[in-house]
Formats: sequence, C-alpha cells, structure tokens
Amino acid sequence: MTVLSVSHLSKRYASYASNLKRFAGWFGASVRPTEEFWPVKDISFSLAAGEALGLIGQNGAGKSTLLKLITGTVRPTEGTAHVGGRISAILELGLGFNPEFTGRQNAYHAGGLMGLSQARLAELMPHIENFAEIGDFFDQPLRTYSSGMQARLAFALATAERPEVLIVDEVLSVGDSYFQHKSFDRIRSFRAAGTSIILVTHSLGDVRALCDRVILLDKGHVLKDGPPDEVVDYYNALIATKENEKLTIEQRREKDEWLYSRSGTKAVAVESVALLDSDSGNPIKTAVSGQKMTVRTRIVAKEDISELVIGFMLKDRAGHTVWGTNTWHTGQVLSNLAAGDKVECRLRLACALGQGSYGLSVSLHTGDVHIDNNFDWIENVEVFDVINSSHPFFIGTSRLEHAFEITR
Amino acid sequence: MFRSLWQYRHFTFSSIRGELKGRFVRSRLGGLWFILHPLAQALIFSIVLSEVLKARLPDTDSPAAYPIYLLSGMAAWNLFSEILTRSMTVFIEQAPVMKKIAFPRLCLPVIVGGTALINHLLLLVALFIIFIFLGHIPGRALILLPVGIVLIAAIGFGLGVILGVMNVFIRDTAQVMMIVLQLWYWVTPIVYPANVVPDKYSFMIHLNPIAPLVALYQDALLFNRWPSPESLIMPAILGLLSMSFAMAFFRRASPELVDVL
Repeated sequence: MTVLSVSHLSKRYASYASNLKRFAGWFGASVRPTEEFWPVKDISFSLAAGEALGLIGQNGAGKSTLLKLITGTVRPTEGTAHVGGRISAILELGLGFNPEFTGRQNAYHAGGLMGLSQARLAELMPHIENFAEIGDFFDQPLRTYSSGMQARLAFALATAERPEVLIVDEVLSVGDSYFQHKSFDRIRSFRAAGTSIILVTHSLGDVRALCDRVILLDKGHVLKDGPPDEVVDYYNALIATKENEKLTIEQRREKDEWLYSRSGTKAVAVESVALLDSDSGNPIKTAVSGQKMTVRTRIVAKEDISELVIGFMLKDRAGHTVWGTNTWHTGQVLSNLAAGDKVECRLRLACALGQGSYGLSVSLHTGDVHIDNNFDWIENVEVFDVINSSHPFFIGTSRLEHAFEITR
Repeated sequence: MFRSLWQYRHFTFSSIRGELKGRFVRSRLGGLWFILHPLAQALIFSIVLSEVLKARLPDTDSPAAYPIYLLSGMAAWNLFSEILTRSMTVFIEQAPVMKKIAFPRLCLPVIVGGTALINHLLLLVALFIIFIFLGHIPGRALILLPVGIVLIAAIGFGLGVILGVMNVFIRDTAQVMMIVLQLWYWVTPIVYPANVVPDKYSFMIHLNPIAPLVALYQDALLFNRWPSPESLIMPAILGLLSMSFAMAFFRRASPELVDVL
C-alpha cells in the first residue's frame, strides 16, 4: 500500500526585476521572473507502508526543500506530493516551545501547533510524560531544562501519536545514548506498525542500518534510487571523484550480493589485488580466524605523479567498517612516480575477525583521505569468508584477545 | 482560511498566554512595567509641556486634565502602533517555525493582535484606577470606547498584515514605517490639543484616520463628550478596506512567503 506518492515534484525560487512586479503577479498580471532556481526538479517516487527511505546527498542537493515540500511548509511549483494520512516531521526539535511554559503546557501548546486537538493531547499526555522521563521537571518552566531534557520532551511530543509518515532530519544525534536508543526503538516500532520513515542524514552508517531503500539527490534530481549499499557506495565514489572531470564510476553486483564499485582518474591504477596465505603464498577464499594473511597489490603509474598513498579497508556484510588505514598514517607515502613505474605493496595482517563474510577495498590517492586526487578506488575488490575453527566460539566481527578468570 | 484558524484556536490562545507571561513574569516589577512606561512618559510630557498647554485645554476643569488627556491619547496610539509594528515583523521573527512546521500562518498576526488587545484592556483598567486617584471619574461616554478599540485594532491589523507581507519581500518596509509612525504620532493630537493646530495645517488632522479615534478616547476618558458620527466614517471605511485587502494580499502571498524567508 502506498502512503506517500510524490510525482513530478518541482520547486522554483524566482527573483523578479522588482518586488512590485512580484506583487502584481499575485493579482493576475503576467510577470516573468528575471532569475529562476530549481532546488527540486521533477522528482517522483512513492513510499509503501512500513518502508524506510534514506535521503542522502551533498549540501544543496535539495534534501531540505524536498522535505519541506512533502510536509507542506513550502508549496510546490509543479507536481504533487500526496500523503495518505498524518505526516509528522521532526525537522528540528523544540520548535514552537515557549520557555515560560512548563513541560506539560508546552506539550499542549506545541502539540496544538502540530495540529493535534486538545482532547487528543489530553489522552496522550501520560504517554508523553512517561516517554520523556524528565520526572518532576515536566511541571517546571522549560527555561530550567537542560538541552537534553528539551530534546527528550520534544521527541516524546513529536512521536506521541503514530503518524503514517515520519520524517526525521538528522535530529537524533541529540541527547544521551540511552535516549537515542529509546528514540530509535520507537521509530522501529512505528515502522513495524506500518509507518513509513524518511530519514535524512549525513551518517551513511545510519542509512545502512535503518533504511531499506536510499535515494541519492544531486542538484535537485534523483541521481540514484535503490538498495542502501548500492546507493551509498555510489555516493562515496561520487564524492571522491567530485572534483574530477574524468569521472568514471563502475558498479556491478558480484555473486553473494557483494557490490563491486570502481572509480577514479586512473593516473595510477591497481593492476591486481590478491589475498594470500602468508606462509604458503596461496590465494585464500576462506580464511580461518587467526590466520596470517598478506594482501598483495600490484600498481602501475600511467602518468607522472608526485605523491601516492595506498589505503585499505575491510567492511562486514552490513557495510560497517571493520578496519581501515593507509600509508599516509603509517608514514610510508611514495613520491615522484614516473609514468610506467610499477609498485608492489604487501600488506600483512593477522585475521583477527569473527565468522562471516568480509569485503576488502583498496584506494590510491594523495593526502590522508581518498577525497583528494582519487586515482583509483575499488570497493570490495576481494570478498572472502572467515570461519572459526581454531578458537572457542564467539560472535561479532572482532576477535578480541580474551580470557575468563572464574573463581568460586 | 478561517476554518483552519479555528482549528488552531488553542495554539493561538496559548501563544497569547505565553506572550503575556513572557512579558510580565521575568522582570522584578513584572506586570507593573506596562503601566509604568506610559505613566513615566505622561509625567515627562506633563512636566515639560503642561505650562505651555494647560491654558489651551478646553471644556474641562479637572486639575489633572493634561496628564489624563495625554494618557488617553497615548493609550489609543499605543494600541495602534503595537499591533502595526508587531504584525509588520512577526513573519520574519517566526521564520524558523514557518519554515519547518505546517500550520495556518495567519495565526501569527492574530496572536499579535490578541496579545495587544489583552494588554490594552489591562492598561485601561490600570488607567481607570489612576484617573480615580487623580480625582477624575470618566462619564457615560466611556461606553463608546469599545468602538474605538475595534476600529483601531482593525486598521492596525489590516495595515500590519499588508506591511508585514511586504516586509518579508522588501525588508526596508519596517524601517521606513518606523519613521513614518513617528511622524504620524506627532501629526496626531496626542501630546497637544487639536485646537492649537493652525488652520492651514488642520487638513492633516482631517486626513488622519487615527486622529478621530484618538479623539474618541480623549472624549470618552476625559471630556465625557460624544464623538460626531461623521468623524468615524473614514476610520470605519479604512478599517474595513485594510482588513479585506490584507486578507486578499495575504492569501496571494502565502505560497511565496516561506520561499524568501
């Protein structure tokens, strides 16, 4: 069932030669704007009940405008956003609060601003009080609250009633971790009950963890719409090649659903990457927890370059980074490579990983992060499984050195 | 437009309560300040101007006539200028809320108007008590005061919303209006009686829609005179026109209002 359908939504910000012309336009005069800016242009998508959509994109990509168009604070120039039911947007916590009012009065006050009736608010009030967990402060003036307490009250109010669509704009980074967990739990339970979520965040980890679909916006258009790993990796590649004219992004699904992405200028390129057993030198597809491994990377320079940093990263199945570093941090930056030079890099590492499947990514760049001069960046160039046969069973991705000492 | 206002009435009322609370709770003397300000102003003007103007205040034998005259006129003017100036800037002040929460925007000037009206009623009660202390009890003409309140509020609200919308697009509007208001204050017989104005300038008072309303206050509170009905025609028409134009203007403007905030 579709709860939100956005079709051909566009917003135009216009400037006129003079504001008098703008005023005249309201009363029927045909006035042409001198300048137009379309922060959102022809966006269409629909959201099913219970679906969680992540919205990502760089600043100015049109995320906020899109949210405002969906919530209705900004009116579309073209197209429609149809919401089947109540929509609740947490764009900013604590908007409309009055510092002189008590928490309870503010809940009635700002609840009214959200469009809830006083009778409904009276019903919800015990739940709001319970969820906020601010104790006696609930009946104290808001100006005596800490910012965390304000956030608790605001979140409790904003989610007092389950909406059909919940929009969350990077606000959950407030408050202590206990309350953050509680907030995420509430969002998850809403979702289980059929609420659709739109999450806007710069934290790509949250996107992977919470969303089952991601839309990447760029310059007001939908650049990519699909499963989280695909869109997030594409986005990362896009940032890395942002400044570059020779933008190439190559993506394909490998077997077992791992997504291979490659981007970069190829001024220096990776020729081959092999995961080898350190002792025997044989390639590994399945590693044993504790095994000594070597990542052998062969690199060739296609142009003269002054600096080269080689970086590696391991990710787990869910896309979380398990480990990563590069030769800039270890102080082994290569300098002055000529076209045709070949480099072989052997990274030795002990497989201190738990059972599961892991993806290895490699990047060639300058500086400490791969944003500057992305020469070549391959996500999930090698995918391998880890089994645990030599150590007692444990869960998680990291095998921490451990020992129990038990006395009785 | 009006039905959605009704749906948000609780928010509007609690906002008004919040505004008043904010104004009165924080300072030491709290609620006293709203009466102390006009009193202090009246005192200053009385001291500075009473000798000059006393002889010219007609139709009254009250010894405190001039302060009462001043306070009555200032009460009327303050109601007008408060509604006008606050409505003029309310959209800009409340920009963050307007951008992020969908609610009827007309609530905002209504809150401003409501707050000013309640404030004004409190001020009138306080003035009444002060007048009694000064040995003056307003007469029967007092029952016309509500007419003045309604007309002043209508003109202030209508002009305030029109200028408030313009101010969002042309930010100089409010600045220019502050100067215009000062001038307007001085061409209205508030500090001085109308009869001291030379004949060649009296057209300014005849063209001034606020002047008859200020006069209504002075008549009701001091002179116990009935205002001439003709003098109220122009303010009534202006009130009606400005209110209707404000609604039309606001309705046309609202799609673009948030765009430029």
